[in-house]
Amino acid sequence: MTTTVTAPATAAPVTAARAGRSWTQHGLLFVAPFLVVYVAFLVWPLLLGLRMSLTSVNIAGSNDRFVGFANYAQAFGDPRMWNSLWNTVRFTVLSTIPLVVLGLALALLVHNLRFMRWLWRLSFFAPFLLPSAVVSLLWMYMIYQPSFGLLNNALGTDVLWLGDPGVAMWSIVLTTVWWTVGFNFLLYLAALQSIPEHLYEAASIDGASAWDKLRSITLPMLRRTTGLIVVLQLLASLKVFDQIYLMTGGGPDDSTRPIIEYAYDTGFTGYRIGYASAVSYILFVLIVVISLVQLRLFRKREESPR
Amino acid sequence: MDDIPPTPSPISRRNLLGGALALGLLGSGCSIPVDLGSSRTRVKYWHFLGASDGVIMNGMVGAFAGENPDLFVEENVLQWGEPYYTKIAMAGSGGRSPDVATFHLARLPGIGPGQILDPINLGLLAENGLRPEDFSPPIWERAHIDGVLYAVPFDAHPMVQYYNTDICGKAGLLGDDGKLLPTRGTDELLTALRKAKDALGGKPPLVFDTLGLGTVGPWRVWWSLYPQSGGTLLSEDGTQITIDDAKALEALTFMRTLGEEGLCNTTLDYPASVAAFQSGIAAFLWNGDWETTTFKLAEMPFSMARFPSVFGGDSAQADCHVFVVPHQRDRDPEVERATYRFIASLVKNSADWAVAGHVPAYLPALERPEYLALNPQSEYRSVITEVALDPQVWFAGSASRLWIEFGGAFSSVISGTRTPEQGLAVAKDALRRLMTTPNPFPEEPR
Repeated sequence: MTTTVTAPATAAPVTAARAGRSWTQHGLLFVAPFLVVYVAFLVWPLLLGLRMSLTSVNIAGSNDRFVGFANYAQAFGDPRMWNSLWNTVRFTVLSTIPLVVLGLALALLVHNLRFMRWLWRLSFFAPFLLPSAVVSLLWMYMIYQPSFGLLNNALGTDVLWLGDPGVAMWSIVLTTVWWTVGFNFLLYLAALQSIPEHLYEAASIDGASAWDKLRSITLPMLRRTTGLIVVLQLLASLKVFDQIYLMTGGGPDDSTRPIIEYAYDTGFTGYRIGYASAVSYILFVLIVVISLVQLRLFRKREESPR
Repeated sequence: MDDIPPTPSPISRRNLLGGALALGLLGSGCSIPVDLGSSRTRVKYWHFLGASDGVIMNGMVGAFAGENPDLFVEENVLQWGEPYYTKIAMAGSGGRSPDVATFHLARLPGIGPGQILDPINLGLLAENGLRPEDFSPPIWERAHIDGVLYAVPFDAHPMVQYYNTDICGKAGLLGDDGKLLPTRGTDELLTALRKAKDALGGKPPLVFDTLGLGTVGPWRVWWSLYPQSGGTLLSEDGTQITIDDAKALEALTFMRTLGEEGLCNTTLDYPASVAAFQSGIAAFLWNGDWETTTFKLAEMPFSMARFPSVFGGDSAQADCHVFVVPHQRDRDPEVERATYRFIASLVKNSADWAVAGHVPAYLPALERPEYLALNPQSEYRSVITEVALDPQVWFAGSASRLWIEFGGAFSSVISGTRTPEQGLAVAKDALRRLMTTPNPFPEEPR
């Protein structure tokens, strides 16, 4: 009985949905709220920034003359722009490698531990929860402080951890690794836990050693996760700003200033918003290029086994 | 605090050391709740006096409020240095800025007077009893850009020499009156420092901020020493570099000698240098005059003297605090009146301000008996005629690029990682770069 009643009732919404399909079939209606925000806060500022980079506009919005590519020409001839770009690249290389390798090592360690796993998991991940200001102050005053800091006292040295141009970048990298390795660690740990146990059992039966299992089962099974982590890490490292700005301000002798800080310095303390926009766009292009290269590499890798 | 290095990172130095106490005391001043719906006229005042001189400023604002119950001054203490000037620039450009703000005189040319700042209303100034002839003439003159007054001078804060009277007494450096025996030239100063070093058991007797985030201490010391021998940085119109290499190197070599001989501690940043002097680890501190209250509150045995004369002259690096009126689109005439009443009250009471260590720019205050009775604040007042102000260019002034570039270049000379020649070359490169950088606020009618 009920079926005869419900049949037309269900039919009505179906036809209504069909009528509206042309409008919703791409899901436009569903993503509209996101699109509005995306356009207002990303696409529009992006275009605005591009326009600004072609003018000599200052922080007060005045002096808004069109100067063509003069800002870009100046940036490409600016040794400090190149120096800060190099610092960003250097930081990215120096930090990405330990962050990925150490993240994996810690995950393997915790995965194989049989007691108090929650404690290790928590202690490796906890620093990631701290805000950049807390991390920076902690390391500046507790650890790197030259006269009463932990590091110089423990090692009996007299190193200016943040004051020596040859050491400062390494100190920043060390802090960053401590701070953010927990995220990669967690991704790796999750991936490790999802590797089917029967693979290891089968390998054991075949007489594989622990090293063989790691090399032939664990690492290949983690390949996709590694790819993801490397992408995320490269992008995060290229965007480095907070901890360097807070700990060294780009010094000593510009040895740690990343390109984002250079854009900030020229824009917000040098008041040249036009030039700062041009510098930002140079970084933007660099990030786009790296992302495209990575995407291509991944596609190849994923296609190759087939 | 005043001219501590322009630290982009902030919280740190101030809050942790010098500022922690002061900020606590300032609690009420930092964020007076906005008094909306009240019939009182509200004057919004921004400043960056966050340490021991901030306590004094807070007291002065409180005193003004007590005398003027119809007015309400909203005091907003912001972080000293580059971020402060960024905030002023952005507030002024939007036209919704505070009614009055404290500023550094040498920053005036770089901030786009007429765009970010509005001219001072001379009528209201006179109405409140402030006359041009009451201000120190060179400072009053520097407050004008192209003949228009953009700032009301408040004080000058020169580089001074703080000394620990106990240690200096032990080293035999004090005269019969208990005051530091003045030194002349390099040899006398080095001899005095060596004696103090012995009295301290071989520890460096002199401290100043020699390194750290955006350090400007090395610039301040160099800009005190180098002009003593008659050296200049730029031509009058700011278009030519006029650095006399021989004289500049003489000053830099002397600074290197201090580091090399262990006469000056080369591992201290700003707060650490103040803390080292305060805890009696060092006999001398070279710094601006604004830490006076810090050491007074610490009840330590100290006094102050003029920065030593080393290369002939008596000059010392200085900048001045002034009041400016950031640009507003629609200025309420009633608030404007109240603003000038407030400025006039602070300026006329600048003998109270001198307690913080600064030398008033308002001449009548210099004659006031309560100022002359201030000890040690009146010990160095004679320096006011021999201050080495910054060149009048857009990239100069407290926490400016000029200071940070030179501070960084000379920091490594003191520590020995650069030779004086290399340090000077780096500084000159930076100066050339600054001069070729287009002024973000070129002169243009609004």
